[in-house]
Amino acid sequence: MTKLKTTESREKFQAFLDLAFKLTTRFFAFAVLALLAGIIIELFIGAMPSIKAFGWKFFTSTDWNPVEVKFGSVIQVYGTLVTSLIALLIGIPVSFGIALYLTELSPKWLKRPLGIAIELLAGIPSIIYGMWGLFVFAPHLADHFQPWLIDHLGPIPGIGMLFQGAPMGIGMLTAGIILGIMIIPFIASVMRDVFEIVPPTLKESAYAVGCTTWEVVWNVVLPYTKIGVVGGIMLGLGRALGETMAVTFVIGNAQNFSFSLLDPGSSIASTLANEFNEAFGDVYTSALIELGLIMFVITFIVLALSKLLLFQLGKREGEKT
Amino acid sequence: MEALKSLKPKIEVRNLNFYYGKYHALRSINLTMPEKKVTAFIGPSGCGKSTLLRTMNCMYALYPNQRAVGEIMIDEENILDGKRDLNSLRAKIGMVFQKPTPFPMSIYDNIAFGVKLHEKLGRGDMDDRVEWALKKAALWDEVKDKLKQSGNSLSGGQQQRLCIARGIAVKPEVLLLDEPASALDPISTARIEELITELKEDYTIVIVTHNMQQAARVSDFTAYLYLGELIEFGETTSIFTTPKQKATEDYITGRFG
Repeated sequence: MTKLKTTESREKFQAFLDLAFKLTTRFFAFAVLALLAGIIIELFIGAMPSIKAFGWKFFTSTDWNPVEVKFGSVIQVYGTLVTSLIALLIGIPVSFGIALYLTELSPKWLKRPLGIAIELLAGIPSIIYGMWGLFVFAPHLADHFQPWLIDHLGPIPGIGMLFQGAPMGIGMLTAGIILGIMIIPFIASVMRDVFEIVPPTLKESAYAVGCTTWEVVWNVVLPYTKIGVVGGIMLGLGRALGETMAVTFVIGNAQNFSFSLLDPGSSIASTLANEFNEAFGDVYTSALIELGLIMFVITFIVLALSKLLLFQLGKREGEKT
Repeated sequence: MEALKSLKPKIEVRNLNFYYGKYHALRSINLTMPEKKVTAFIGPSGCGKSTLLRTMNCMYALYPNQRAVGEIMIDEENILDGKRDLNSLRAKIGMVFQKPTPFPMSIYDNIAFGVKLHEKLGRGDMDDRVEWALKKAALWDEVKDKLKQSGNSLSGGQQQRLCIARGIAVKPEVLLLDEPASALDPISTARIEELITELKEDYTIVIVTHNMQQAARVSDFTAYLYLGELIEFGETTSIFTTPKQKATEDYITGRFG
């Protein structure tokens, strides 16, 4: 009888452990939600004076004038989006090439060193990128690349307005390029990891119908890994949108609106980094917090768009019953 | 073996040795597979039967540390000499794997994809080709109303027939089947076996199987491999009833393996 009793109490104890485990993990999961809600509420409260003062005009105004206490977010939002877009335009193809080479083409002995090099690149602090951008890269751009852009792309109607102005080196284009370099290791390592999980027989079946390596990658590997690939790109985009230090170094920190990528501008993060310490008065501080809130919303929209993109890609692949 | 000599050879393996790095996986294999017949490779796991199959479309060439020495003549042309374009070679030789591997696309595109690589067909011709291949693979009736659906939405047996249809669609001459039914239930297996019997009208089929009943049911010729060597090769009926080698008999009767 005693034996039976012990198994019974053991069972009870195990049931208790299971419950405790479930509750603990649930607590952690919900803590994230609570944290998120807390940040949003806090940002809202902080941004209230600015929201009251400017309303919707905050989203359409290109003013950023602490002296007259007039604020709008167009300069910073444009700067943030445009630099991130440039970063993606550079980062995605390069990362794709790196991941492709590492998984499909590179000889075995080269895989590890290259992989490690990419991971090391991800470990370089952003301030190093910023300093390199400001002291080495920007002057180089100003001397060689930007004059060419101004001469050749500037006169084109339409997109020409993106390439006008003086070749100063610093500016939104430079910031975008630096961001592009910074996000390459993130996107490349995620892409490499997801390319590696494609079952060899799936790739072999594609080779077996006579595909070239490129056709296998484009038609089979990419569709198969699309969730991971989009995830990797989102990781890079998240970094580009929020990157502060490197951007602050090279973007120019001008609070004047200009379409031209060669002109100095500001991103949300660089404005916050530059001005939060010196902000005076409720409305100024609050306008900065509202910028932070906008950043939050942008990130949210980007995530939503990526989900939508995946949904569309999934549709092209045929309906799932 | 007289039967074999009177048939037209399609694939001839001559003195083939295969290496995974330093590991010697196939030793001096000599084998002739006749046209429009089913040849089965049997043998215990790791005996090299899949390896042998994978040399016939140079699939091993994707992996830098694998190499084959010797000759494999398909229509009297050596495919191992590196002179042939692998992509057009592989289009001539369809392959189906153990696990179904539908591409991440619709059922229609799964078939059309391979065809598009080698032929420019109009919309109507492509529709006909897809229908033809699916009918050949005995899948048409089950999928004709849902061609736009994902290939992954089919059952395992249907997916495997989709893969066979995909292989047939590019009009190959040889079909290599690597344990095509081992991941399937008995009913799906029976359908695949039926299909193999129908397909040998038009194709030379080589099948790797670890199911001896399957080899006995579907194949005309059987090769027994053990530890990288070809122990015995001959007509399936004679291999299974009067094997010449003791080792073959032991394996077939289940005393070993």
